[in-house]
Amino acid sequence: MRLAILDRGHRLGTRILFAIIRAASRHPVLDVIKLVKYRPDFWRAQGITHEAMRGPSAWSVGDRELMAALVARTNGCQWCTAAHSEVAAGAYRDRARVDAVLAELDTAPIEEPLRATLKLLRTLARERTVGADDVRAVLAAGVSRAQIEDALAVAFAFNMTTRLADAFGFTMATPAAFASGAKYLLARGYR
Amino acid sequence: MAMAKIEAGRRALVARILDGDGTAAREQRRAAFDNAGLTGALATLADKVARHAHRVTDEDIAAARAAGLSEDQIYELVVCAAVGEATRQLDAGLAALAAATDGR
Repeated sequence: MRLAILDRGHRLGTRILFAIIRAASRHPVLDVIKLVKYRPDFWRAQGITHEAMRGPSAWSVGDRELMAALVARTNGCQWCTAAHSEVAAGAYRDRARVDAVLAELDTAPIEEPLRATLKLLRTLARERTVGADDVRAVLAAGVSRAQIEDALAVAFAFNMTTRLADAFGFTMATPAAFASGAKYLLARGYR
Repeated sequence: MAMAKIEAGRRALVARILDGDGTAAREQRRAAFDNAGLTGALATLADKVARHAHRVTDEDIAAARAAGLSEDQIYELVVCAAVGEATRQLDAGLAALAAATDGR
């Protein structure tokens, strides 16, 4: 972590919480938890992220975690790619599906509406914009307007988070620590 | 309507980071959010966060410190730059969706 305040600047109550997390999980506290618990009144995005990832949607939790992982991959954020491919694999109970999408979206064996939506998010993250024709291709694949909105909400949340993870220099966690974090996110969500 | 909730949350977040209390000046937070109007180390940092945050280095943060910013000010300005870019991308997506579904 490039800012010492994000490692050690938390209030006493939060530091006690971190000690409890370390004892209960038997892993170091993930840097994303340190970030969201540092001045939680400032980057107040957990409600947005929870709504996007766990709120009502025609997309499954696995689909949305896969979207998060793909946005992270496109933005070059290794930390969030590792974290959210683990959550997606857990939600789907299918790691091969997640690996296939991240390896080669165009040929991965997934449903066409999901592929078209993932491509839209990839274009948005890569080009930092999209046009009406990009969206028409997704609608033509049978994706509803509401589903596109829901996907854009996922992209919004992770276009923030991936930038913060990379700019603040999150320390890569072990696979076991990511697995533990993924279990928590699947059980409790982002709030 | 899920997007209505997301938009309300986003409005509250943007109002908080730009208009609420902070250690960085409001004009500086707004400039980081817009990725426009900053100079020197701060301009470099905000632009990297917006366009390719994975290229931010220890040296970029050190340069912001050397320019006289505290860690809390750097924290705030990086958050503003990240939220600003995410906001522009969401707006672009919603505008494209509106254009694609015009009249339907």
